[in-house]
Amino acid sequence: MSWETVIGLEVHLQLATRSKLFSGAATAFGAAPNTQACAIDLALPGTLPLLNKAAVEMAIRFGLAVDAAINPVSVFERKNYFYPDLPKGYQTTQLAHPIVGPGHLDIELADGREKRIRIHHAHLEEDAGKSLHEDFHGLSGIDLNRAGTPLIEIVTEPDLRNAEEAVAFAKKLHAIVTALGISDGDMSQGSMRFDVNVSVRRPGEPLGTRTETKNLNSFRFMERAIAKEVARQIGVLEDGGRVLQETRLYDGDTDSARAMRSKEEANDYRYFPCPDLLPVHVAPALIEQLRASQPELPDARRARFVAEHGLSDYDAGQLAADTPTAHYFEAAAKASGDPKLAANWVMGEIAARLNSTETAIAACPVSPAQLGGLLQRILDRTISNAIARQVFDALWNGASDADAVIEAKGLKQVSDSGAIAALVDQVLVANPKQVADYRAAPDDKKAKMFGFFVGQAMKASGGKVNPQQLNALLAARLNG
Amino acid sequence: MHDLTLAQMCHGLARRDFSSAELTRHLLERIGAANPRYNAFITMASETALAQAAAADRRRAAGDAPALCGLPIAHKDIFCTRGLRTSCGSRMLDNFVPPYDATVVERCAAAGAVVLGKTNMDEFAMGSSNETSYYGPVKNPWATDCVPGGSSGGSAAALAARLVPGATASDTGGSIRQPAALCGVTGLKPTYGRVSRWGMIAFASSLDQAGPMARTAEDVALLLQVMAGFDERDSTCLDRPVPNYAATLEQPLAGLRIGVPEEYFGAGLHPGTERAVREALAEFERQGARLVAISLPHSGLAVPAYYVIAPAEASANLSRFDGVRYGHRCADPVDLRDLYMRSREEGFGDEVKRRILIGTYCLSAGYYDAYYNKAQQVRRLIRQDFLDAFANVDLILGPTCPNPAFAFGAKGGDPVAMYLEDIYTIAANLAGLPALSVPCGLVDAKPVGLQIIGNYFDEARMLNAAHRYQLATGWHQLAPPALTETAA
Repeated sequence: MSWETVIGLEVHLQLATRSKLFSGAATAFGAAPNTQACAIDLALPGTLPLLNKAAVEMAIRFGLAVDAAINPVSVFERKNYFYPDLPKGYQTTQLAHPIVGPGHLDIELADGREKRIRIHHAHLEEDAGKSLHEDFHGLSGIDLNRAGTPLIEIVTEPDLRNAEEAVAFAKKLHAIVTALGISDGDMSQGSMRFDVNVSVRRPGEPLGTRTETKNLNSFRFMERAIAKEVARQIGVLEDGGRVLQETRLYDGDTDSARAMRSKEEANDYRYFPCPDLLPVHVAPALIEQLRASQPELPDARRARFVAEHGLSDYDAGQLAADTPTAHYFEAAAKASGDPKLAANWVMGEIAARLNSTETAIAACPVSPAQLGGLLQRILDRTISNAIARQVFDALWNGASDADAVIEAKGLKQVSDSGAIAALVDQVLVANPKQVADYRAAPDDKKAKMFGFFVGQAMKASGGKVNPQQLNALLAARLNG
Repeated sequence: MHDLTLAQMCHGLARRDFSSAELTRHLLERIGAANPRYNAFITMASETALAQAAAADRRRAAGDAPALCGLPIAHKDIFCTRGLRTSCGSRMLDNFVPPYDATVVERCAAAGAVVLGKTNMDEFAMGSSNETSYYGPVKNPWATDCVPGGSSGGSAAALAARLVPGATASDTGGSIRQPAALCGVTGLKPTYGRVSRWGMIAFASSLDQAGPMARTAEDVALLLQVMAGFDERDSTCLDRPVPNYAATLEQPLAGLRIGVPEEYFGAGLHPGTERAVREALAEFERQGARLVAISLPHSGLAVPAYYVIAPAEASANLSRFDGVRYGHRCADPVDLRDLYMRSREEGFGDEVKRRILIGTYCLSAGYYDAYYNKAQQVRRLIRQDFLDAFANVDLILGPTCPNPAFAFGAKGGDPVAMYLEDIYTIAANLAGLPALSVPCGLVDAKPVGLQIIGNYFDEARMLNAAHRYQLATGWHQLAPPALTETAA
């Protein structure tokens, strides 16, 4: 009999505010330890929190993007526990009254079907600092730069049924929050972290006991961690054992997981409403104002790319999912005047080069305008696709624009029919045996042999000859 | 000079009868001589005080004299003062020098005040007798074997002993009014949200409120004028205009409706205190006020509700004192747990630990509804009692405390008996209402206080009533006998 997997996600998303959730200290990543923590973040006595309105607006934007109810009144509470990187001895978070109520997100399954994943709620909270346990000779280092950074925690219903669905949900979520501009989505810097709740059961039976694997910071780790945990739970149950409710840690480097604490060891966090902060009242006018100024989301953008640019649904989906890529594509499409050609280049040459050099598209050395200039020379047949790749290389390595490269390297395509005819003659004269063989060959073999003469002509011209004209002249001379 | 009120000093400075430097030097000398007897100050700021006084004198000479220009005051040691140790009466913060000023401190400084030092208090403002201070108890200038009240006992005693003419204080369950009553001075707890809590070390955030103490209602009005007002750094501070309190001080009281709650005159009230309060009520009647018998039916629930809510909030507020970033840290911790346990064990006194334990218990899984939620419900009932009462009356009057100052150690073994000293003061904190205490008589040769509770943001009317009462009576002018004997 088979097993059914049940997965729910808790996603911690770092908001792209300039300052912290309750203080004016900066949130930039990578500063020297403890240089971005003010008196409030350090929890000096007598300091008080002041809510960052930008964070509230970002949370509302998220809620609107997943069709969620925005609660008119939400309440910050104190979650009490002691830890050196938690300066106040409590985390200020939301529990009973979160800002974002139930919503949903539709994901696309491998077979193309859509599936609706319900979102239970999303709430605002502050991040803790970082404890560093290495390089301190048996001591721990505390860096409070991250303390107080605004997060939203997004909690799904247990609607996901396998690791692939979980990853599809995570990717879709990533696409949405980066499109909204409410997070940089940079998982390597911890901007998006996943806790996965996993259980297994026989189909039709009640939910099994779940475990929570915390702090997964890549799609791949999430996929691996879920697969491992599902296999472990099934193993335990099939051996007649019992799954224990526990919190687990997954180590991506070794692809292994271990139990961190059991339910019995769980803290009593003694939540209660934070008396230093008033309930957050969200006016309907603010919601409408934010709704009216929501940026375009990936699904809408995909549909527009199909309708407006004539792209295939697949290509449109590829380009629309990642906002910087979509912006790059649209700029290149405009600069070139041919969206389909621009799409091919962005998904082809550009994507391959960015990938192999691990470069973000925002840092692409070839600007959309430069790419557009290059594509225009293909479209007006100044250069062939093959030559265009050479020009692209030069642009990637710092050349200013396509025309200058073509001019400097003499890459302009030969389209003069006299010159091409001379070239064809030269090739035929140099290869008399192949010409004879070709003419003697049956028709079905001729096509393949034809390629030899094209290759020779291209080689002799340095690739610059107009391929359509070459083909026509060669065919006329060989067959005529 | 030290017998002058703030208002009188202000006139003296304006007439150039004396300079702020002279006044400051005189009071510093007086404190130097008397503080060993009263223990009213934890930390002195003599050097900076003299510099501030000199600056104030120059400012006045240049024709720029803001409200408190050159007037000496003291801050309760619960207010953070930049560069000046702020202990909150605790060993935990014995070494803590804040890098910033509380809003109250900032506003007083901007108004030209001269800060003589930081006054003693119950540890983290948890106490009604000043016996919980790490720096030893303050002695009541009226009877040095008696408590001055708490937690603002240092500010109250310093005022009574004529060491300072005005002081800041804070009130979570009576910490301004009760010591004001026991030391024979005037103290006001403003409406919750009237004065910023920024930089005031938190005890119970939803109840804490900063306020002024002085020897007259007129002086209290002067200080409140400076302290009150919106501060965006405190989200619970309300953005409402601050009226001119001095402008309405002298208004006649004819037609004033005064509510007299039957629950404030029941069992446990010292007959001497009751007599003094009844006489004060008669004086208001003489001035044209009308007494209205009222009921605040949930008064009896105030103390139990308070001793759930205040410790619950305190248990979280005091978690930051963990020995990691500042404050007391135990010697040679072997690991994190040891660091936490011993730093807090050594840094906090017994009463603070008791309240952290109570609060932690009340918030724990399985007890939250029975205690914290229930207490919040009671809080709403108490607030409703007052709203109902204020539909028919302008002010509510009664005793500030049941008894005059008690002897040191008298209630040491019984925390609940101590908590009951705040039986009349706590409700105003739970409801967020303003309340003040004025001296209204002597019982056993020790002062007792009349409490005036007002409607939200009605401090002007309360100060008006208190001032008119003080114009007609002399209780606020009485000095502790020991003082006049010394002077003679």
